[in-house]
Amino acid sequence: MKLDRVLQYSQAYNFYQWVRKRHAPEPGVVFLSQRRVYILPTRPGITFGCVLVLMLVGSINYSLSLGYILTFLLGGMGVVSILHTFRNLAHLYLSAGRVAPVFAGDTAHFELFLESRSDFDRHSLDLRCRGATVSCDVPARRISAVLVPLKAERRGWLQLERITVETRFPLGLMRAWSYVQPDMRALVYPRPDSSSLPMTVPVPDTGEVFSAGAGTDDFAGLRPYQASDSPRHIAWKASARNESLLTKFFAGQAAAELWFDWEQLPPDMNTEARLSRLARWVLLAEEQGLRYGLKLPDSGVPLGGGSAQRDRCLRELALYRVPDVGERHIHA
Amino acid sequence: MPSGTPANTLPLAPLVLLFAGAVLTIAPHALWLPWWVDGVAGGLLVWRFWLAVRGGALPARWLLALVTAVAAVGVYLSYRTIMGRDAGVTLIVLLLSLKLLESRSRRDIFIAAFLVYFVALAGFFYSQSMQTAGWMLVTVLINTAALVGFSAPARPIADNLNTAGRMLIEAGPVMLLLFFLFPRVQGPLWGLPQDAYSGITGLSDTMSPGSISQLSTSDAIAFRVKFQGAAPPRNRLYWRGPVLSEFDGKTWRAGFPRLNREPLLEVRGAPIDYEVTLEPHNRNWLFTLEMPGRIPPNARETSDYLVLSLPPVRSRIRYEARSYLDYRATAGADARDLALELRLPRDSNPRARALAGEWRQSLGNDTAIVGKGIEFFRASRFEYTLLPPLLGMNSVDEFLFDTKQGFCEHFAASFVFLMRAAGIPARVVTGYQGGDTNPVDDYMVVRQADAHAWAEVWLPQNGWTRVDPTAAAFPIRVESGVAAAARGAAALPLLLRTNIDWLKAMRNNWEALANKWNQWVLGYNPDRQREILSWLGVQQPSWQTMAMMLFWSVAGVLLLIALWLLRGIRHVDPVQGAWLRFCQKLARAGLARDGAEGPLDYAGRLARQLPGRAPAVRAIVQLYVELRYGSRGERHSLARLKQLVRQFKP
Repeated sequence: MKLDRVLQYSQAYNFYQWVRKRHAPEPGVVFLSQRRVYILPTRPGITFGCVLVLMLVGSINYSLSLGYILTFLLGGMGVVSILHTFRNLAHLYLSAGRVAPVFAGDTAHFELFLESRSDFDRHSLDLRCRGATVSCDVPARRISAVLVPLKAERRGWLQLERITVETRFPLGLMRAWSYVQPDMRALVYPRPDSSSLPMTVPVPDTGEVFSAGAGTDDFAGLRPYQASDSPRHIAWKASARNESLLTKFFAGQAAAELWFDWEQLPPDMNTEARLSRLARWVLLAEEQGLRYGLKLPDSGVPLGGGSAQRDRCLRELALYRVPDVGERHIHA
Repeated sequence: MPSGTPANTLPLAPLVLLFAGAVLTIAPHALWLPWWVDGVAGGLLVWRFWLAVRGGALPARWLLALVTAVAAVGVYLSYRTIMGRDAGVTLIVLLLSLKLLESRSRRDIFIAAFLVYFVALAGFFYSQSMQTAGWMLVTVLINTAALVGFSAPARPIADNLNTAGRMLIEAGPVMLLLFFLFPRVQGPLWGLPQDAYSGITGLSDTMSPGSISQLSTSDAIAFRVKFQGAAPPRNRLYWRGPVLSEFDGKTWRAGFPRLNREPLLEVRGAPIDYEVTLEPHNRNWLFTLEMPGRIPPNARETSDYLVLSLPPVRSRIRYEARSYLDYRATAGADARDLALELRLPRDSNPRARALAGEWRQSLGNDTAIVGKGIEFFRASRFEYTLLPPLLGMNSVDEFLFDTKQGFCEHFAASFVFLMRAAGIPARVVTGYQGGDTNPVDDYMVVRQADAHAWAEVWLPQNGWTRVDPTAAAFPIRVESGVAAAARGAAALPLLLRTNIDWLKAMRNNWEALANKWNQWVLGYNPDRQREILSWLGVQQPSWQTMAMMLFWSVAGVLLLIALWLLRGIRHVDPVQGAWLRFCQKLARAGLARDGAEGPLDYAGRLARQLPGRAPAVRAIVQLYVELRYGSRGERHSLARLKQLVRQFKP
């Protein structure tokens, strides 16, 4: 019998791992097995125990038979409440939902699904993540969605932190809890500053600027794929990054066009300030329905318009020189 | 109110339940609490309720502190202490209403809810009847539902009550085990406050005019008796209590009897064995039928045949005794003792003394004098009444010759006075006379209303001889009870006077149930626990054995409850279950399904790898896909799937 294997299955070991934050994010559906549900009395629970001892002493002292009955009934109820609290949390299934990108300084809302495959309703499940608490009920054999707020401090990827799922139902005398860390991250755009659009006059058709980079005369930008698009025009590389099909479009644009260039910003601005300024410009340009492109030292976004263009630009800004996958523990 | 905390931060529905629990738990106390406490507690509850419903700020802390201080002073002024039982309960009731008033957070709510439980327990100081138990059960249910409500504020009240009720039912088996097996200690653990046994009524060791007639207006049960054989006739049921030998002109007091070393009792006739369940009366004496031949172990008998328990009877106790109705009692009859039974206050009651002197001179013989005395009571036109006129200094004279209205204590006291004046040693015996047999459970019930006083005279050839002057004047008293005999019986409780059959039957049933309750619930003490354990085959268990029994039985019961509670935690769809069993069989054969592999792909792979089983696999997979994803789910297809999976061998 291997001792370390036995240890790994023990609740205490599991708990230790969680407390030491040694757990990696868990992909897929997280199952709260009984091994990872911990349960201890709450402070009122301990007070309740003391009250019961007092009641027992009173019953003995005054020979109150009904006092014994009341004390033992309440004691039995306290013990049964352990089982109820445990069953309210154990065997719950958690899975990651969606999370919309946010600007740095805002709060990202991570969508989590809580599924009960049991025959009874679960009540008052609290999800706590860095001080914020959200509560939800999960009826029998249903899935409930819950949004866990997490403040996005910096641009880049915001990994969902360890969540404490806990419940005190039904009596509040016991607290059952479990730690989960779904593999989930939110994209955090740089916080836009409050500047206005650059005073550069929109130049009509600056195809020559782009031809230097892409070598295609008529290429104008990307737009979401439509069923009628020719497969030859699908921008495969861009699509792969964007997680949805994009089509290159070649039509000439009559609208004004803007290029937001990293290099043209004042030289005394630092990286984050530049990104904030560029993000602001992207938002303003999109608001005014302009066509715009982005030039960064390492990358760029060709001219384009629409919300897809905005999201792509902001994504480039958010991930500018952010180490990507493999080193996800940004806040660890 | 100058405070910023709004009152409606707590969810209203569970708060209403908590209020209901508090009102229910305080209500039984309201009857005895000082009127101002009822007022203050009620006012605070209404105030808080108003704030919760209408919104508004909670009162400031300084105001609460002020009210608390005033309440504490008020309790001190009412009781002259804050330490006693009643004062303590009063304080807790006030504390509960104050706590509710200031409740703004969940923490406060828990304290208030625990106080409700505590006040419910305190209710048992005053009553442990079945009604009280039912009332408290409702209180606990509602209070628990309030706790559930505070941990799930959005749930409807009915659901919370349901959860609370289920938890209480599940707690029931644990409660029963603990109740019967928890090692019982005879209380008290330490000295009880002075007022712990106030409100317990019963006979006392003194008797003055009015003391027994006052007792007669109570239909409270003094004790219950279960006879081994048939009960003796009613007129022979004299339950012996304190014997009073000292008379100061107004009050009779107990003398100083010695403990009886050897029972000086010659008995005749068949013994009568019986078991008495005595209600607590906070005194030492145990009532036995005259005369006790064998007394309970742990008890003592005095030279005037009074049976004493060593500690005062402060909880309901049971004891067995044997008595003989025909006897010759000769204890306490030394010359010294007899001299004490002749003493009378000097110069009092001259007319009674004169009458007794006349009897002594004309008759000379003790037996004849006693007969004359009985004849005197029979012949004089006395009136037996619960409401006798007040008597002055020469109470015996006034009763015998002027008012002629009295209750048994007047008759017994004046008879003893006459005998002593005539030179015959005599004493007053108090106790109970009679008893009603409840046909439902055959227990004889003796009530406070059966309290009685009679006389005992010393006749050298007979020993101490009982003379009941009340019976001489009013034989109906001992034949049918006080209600039939006494004038002014309107003061007696209705059920004592009634002749309505169905009402009597109802009372009999009710009292039989109450007796069961007393015997098994309230009377469950260390002795009965030992009885039960030895009936279960455990003789004289050590506390370690008891602890182990308790531990394992509670653990077993909890395991069953856990299985019951967790039975639906893993809901397995029968189709999915069959499919999983199928996959498991294949996995054991080394053909585990890949996580991402759909059932049809899996079937395809299996068909290639297990060509011999291809038809069976295809059938199973087809059925599974149909049942799980298809629109029609049929019972027999499920059965077929289960059967196929069962028969399948990879």
